[in-house]
Amino acid sequence: MRSDLELSTGRRWAKRLLIATTVSTGAVIAAGGISAMAADEFDAEAAVTTLGSQTNLLWVVIGAMLVIFMQAGFALVETGFCRAKHAAHVVSTNFAIFGLGFIGFFFIGFPLAFGGFSYAAFGMDQPVGDALLGSGNWVFLWKGGWALSGDGMTPAVLGFFLYMVAFMDTVATIPTGSMAERWKWNSFVVWGLFAGAVYYPLFAAWTWGGGWLAKTWDTMSLGAGYVDFAGSGVVHAVGGVAALAGAIVLGPRIGKFGADGKPRALPGHHIPMAMLGTFILLFGWFGFNAASTFAATDVQFATVATNTAIAGAFGAVAGMFWITKRTGKPDPGMMANGMLAGLVAITAPCAFVAPWAAAVIGVIAAVLAIETVFIVERKFKIDDPVGAIAVHGVNGSFGVIAVGIFSNGSYGAGWNGSPSEGIEGIIKGDWGQLGAQLLGLAVIWTVIFGISFAFFKIQNALTKGGIRSKEEDEVMGLDLPEMGVAAYPEFNLR
Amino acid sequence: MKLITAIVKPFKLDDVKDALKTIGILGMTVSEVRGFGRQGGHSETYRGAEYTIEFVPKVRVELVVDDGDVDKAISAIRTAANTGKIGDGKVWITSVERLVRIRTGEEGRDAI
Repeated sequence: MRSDLELSTGRRWAKRLLIATTVSTGAVIAAGGISAMAADEFDAEAAVTTLGSQTNLLWVVIGAMLVIFMQAGFALVETGFCRAKHAAHVVSTNFAIFGLGFIGFFFIGFPLAFGGFSYAAFGMDQPVGDALLGSGNWVFLWKGGWALSGDGMTPAVLGFFLYMVAFMDTVATIPTGSMAERWKWNSFVVWGLFAGAVYYPLFAAWTWGGGWLAKTWDTMSLGAGYVDFAGSGVVHAVGGVAALAGAIVLGPRIGKFGADGKPRALPGHHIPMAMLGTFILLFGWFGFNAASTFAATDVQFATVATNTAIAGAFGAVAGMFWITKRTGKPDPGMMANGMLAGLVAITAPCAFVAPWAAAVIGVIAAVLAIETVFIVERKFKIDDPVGAIAVHGVNGSFGVIAVGIFSNGSYGAGWNGSPSEGIEGIIKGDWGQLGAQLLGLAVIWTVIFGISFAFFKIQNALTKGGIRSKEEDEVMGLDLPEMGVAAYPEFNLR
Repeated sequence: MKLITAIVKPFKLDDVKDALKTIGILGMTVSEVRGFGRQGGHSETYRGAEYTIEFVPKVRVELVVDDGDVDKAISAIRTAANTGKIGDGKVWITSVERLVRIRTGEEGRDAI
């Protein structure tokens, strides 16, 4: 066995042990046939290992491209669910966030989150840096590779960066939905940079980056530490709590609540656009989840892809039935939210659960999303035009918990460097994993929510006139006063 | 000369136009409007919040005809736009004092 693919010197995610085994087993089989005749000229084992790692890197880059395309989905969903007079503004926030978050992540976000990360199975043999804050099992931030410069910027590191950019941008774009139709453009720009540079990297460093929450298996004897396969928590819940914080600080749109406090409907202007966006998100989600194996040689990617589709399908149908039961008609917006809720919730557990569990997760997620929309609006009087808090915040949290409930122990041996033989939830009688998940969630809903709330509050206080658009701009539509161009100049809009 | 204004259901517009052309009417103007009469509005829910659609989409058809054609036109519109259900709309007649064709300057009946 080649030592560069083994875990002995490894640092972070021990799932690479699994990949290493897969690659190396193939190598041995191939080597057995070829080495008999040409052992001296051709090192078959090395060749197969290299090919495996090249293929794995290709899988990561394909995944990155799919996740980046999800930005199109977000743009269409959010714009479709908003009113026509704000359409150019809403779609532009979703467009601009890609570059804004990217720039923040390029300069400091990536090093802070992933400076200590390595993963030999796709060729990232060495981390680009080490701990910036903390040490051992208690690392809080990393360093190395600022602005993607310095030694060690191999194609594998850059491919990994691209994949992680895509996840960061998802976090950054989630609040644009809950804060739509009333967010001052310049204030939004600051959020985009902050999200990419600091906000996303914090929780990412503590979990995927190999920081303290990934090590709770050692420090607190909790399962295999915090486990989140593709980011129900790291991406969606982190984005969702920022969406909640932003919506609270901005307050509801003018006219959203009547004098009696009852919520009023402000119907979105383009339902087909929103539904198309939902399907684009479903498509991109296969990159989000399946490519999170980081290895095409780890055929678990097929399980992941299928579980993802199962949760989306069951979520959409459960959403359809549930909203029909609650209000009498299959509101397209709620069907879309149901599918997205299923996808968000399966994102953390997708590699660890059986197909039946993916279906159950999808159904629960859809009901949870719809009921949360009602509670957020009716009880808390928070205005979330697209349902981002329900879909990402609440169902991201449910996905994190679902790992601790439904994981069946068939996958994830050595995760986070732990001695785990496979992630097990309470259906296997193991409560430790649920503990690790709940700890991670508690951190998201206190520390991470607190940081986003403080960010918007402080920004609101420091910005002249606050981060909310002027009342007359909001009433007229943000398109002309903020963007200088109307989305639909040839129509009279209300 | 009379101005005939008819408010009809949007999907009946083609039938109304065809019926008027059949009796020899040469031109008309249509606009998309919203309104309510006895039909009233109806309520729906969007993302769980109820709202009322009070102004229902309709089409307004306007045409100027010679006095002798008024009855024919009204009957053509009524026949074509009638579904027998509430919300079929209305037709009303107004006197027109003067009518001028912009291109030629013709006036009155010649301008119809």
